Amino acid sequence: MQIDESRAVKAALIATSFLFLGLVLILPLASVFTEAFRRGAEPFFAALIERDALSAIYLTLFVAAIAVPANLVFGLVASWAIAKFEFPGKSFLVTLIDLPFSVSPVISGLVYILLFGSYGLFGPWLIENGIQIVFAVPGIVLATIFVTFPFVARQLIPLMEQQGTGDEEAALSLGASGFQTFRKVTLPNVKWALLYGVLLCNARAMGEFGAVSVISGHIRGKTNTMPLHVEILYNEYNFVAAFAVASLLAFLALVTLVLKSLLEWRYGGELAASGRH
Amino acid sequence: MTVLSLPKRSPSVLPGFGLTMGLTLTWLSLIILIPLAGVFIKSAGLGWDAFLALATDARTVAALKLSFGAALAAAAINAVFGLLVAWVLVRYDFPGRRIVDAAIDLPFALPTAVAGLALTALYAPNGWIGSLIEPLGLKIAYTSAGVVVALVFIGLPFVVRTVQPVLADFDKELEEAAATLGATRFQTISRIVFPALMPPLLTGFALAFARGVGEYGSIIFIAGNIPYRSEIAPLLIVIRLEEFNYAGATAIAAVMLVISFALLLVINLLQAWNRRRIGFTG
Repeated sequence: MQIDESRAVKAALIATSFLFLGLVLILPLASVFTEAFRRGAEPFFAALIERDALSAIYLTLFVAAIAVPANLVFGLVASWAIAKFEFPGKSFLVTLIDLPFSVSPVISGLVYILLFGSYGLFGPWLIENGIQIVFAVPGIVLATIFVTFPFVARQLIPLMEQQGTGDEEAALSLGASGFQTFRKVTLPNVKWALLYGVLLCNARAMGEFGAVSVISGHIRGKTNTMPLHVEILYNEYNFVAAFAVASLLAFLALVTLVLKSLLEWRYGGELAASGRH
Repeated sequence: MTVLSLPKRSPSVLPGFGLTMGLTLTWLSLIILIPLAGVFIKSAGLGWDAFLALATDARTVAALKLSFGAALAAAAINAVFGLLVAWVLVRYDFPGRRIVDAAIDLPFALPTAVAGLALTALYAPNGWIGSLIEPLGLKIAYTSAGVVVALVFIGLPFVVRTVQPVLADFDKELEEAAATLGATRFQTISRIVFPALMPPLLTGFALAFARGVGEYGSIIFIAGNIPYRSEIAPLLIVIRLEEFNYAGATAIAAVMLVISFALLLVINLLQAWNRRRIGFTG
């Protein structure tokens, strides 16, 4: 009776997997760092402290500092409404929240141009009142919130649904107010899943390219985020600088992966009912 | 596990439903629904004939064909290798398994522009891989094959991460039963294990496909972007916008959105199927 593959088959399958993953995942990652240090450390650091690079780094952090908390608050509010109560149309609402995952990033940027651009629905009114959204920082923030919209909510909803309402009911019956119950009972129950969602949300917010590219207008030093700065440098054939900034983003991705794996290993059980991703 | 939910939950005593639901719907409408509706309002404003002319323009059709065709090819490659990787990660023990497992999510974490740059550096004629395949007469960078390569990178975790948990939950006793009844290992895998993995495999395939259709950042560097040949639909939207041809951009976006929403529906149905199947075997 054979309930396992032979050693030779196992070894062949593992080897094929390694070869495929090496080709698809590891080589590209390695090439980012090799290209970045092609001319040594000096041009690498010079590319990072150059003025436009610094302003791109600053803008990326600024945008994430607005988009991530916005989605964190939304995620908590939405998951409270969806997970703790019963109402018709619940799964449809969850699908709507997940919608940005199925929309091309380019379209996520385009929708705001169609609304707020000079030919857009609200364009003339915005121009009259001197408010600029498209080709400016507000547009970049909006597009980033759009693409990262589902991250926190979809992490919290399944977990909070599984946890039910028993703990909260106990707190309320002991005299806690609604907000106290949320802060002292619900929040501690979901803290690791919340952190997990924020981590993924942040990685996407800082790395978003398509949506931001459409709406930013690529004004150097003003509306360039790090991924856009990478593209500009690349198109100017300034490869070492392009890969230097890219390697900073790749480093951020590696840190995200390490933190994510640590959360999964240590708090796997507390993360989510429906598993990771 | 908590209590397996009481027969029918009585109206919740928890406060804040009105407030949180109101905020959720308002925020969702303002950020997602109204802006998306804008695409269809603008398309409707074009009139049917004008819209049809824009949507069936030869360059648009070529770009849409490439986006969908390359996404399909990449999802198929990922279905094969993603299944293999999931199998190896769940069933076998080898040094570094946890690190390999963690690395699968790299495409989720790595900004798409960085992935695009890295793949271009690899597959360009002077790159590590490009210089190896050039003597063989193969060219990947700056062709439509480059699009597929980028989408294989982007789509891999979708397949692995949907197949992996189902395979981990799969009851090994079923395989033992098949084996004791005289099935060969190949028969057991193809008739017992594989059918159970079909729903998650199809779901992962559809997720990778849907993501690939809209992908932009990782592709534009490696594709070379030659109109009619290696120009993807999202890029054509960007080009139309840069020409201030808002009608053209909107028409392509509307076509892509309709197809994406249809795909989303298919994915939801697949996931429902998935849950039912797990319900039976679990």
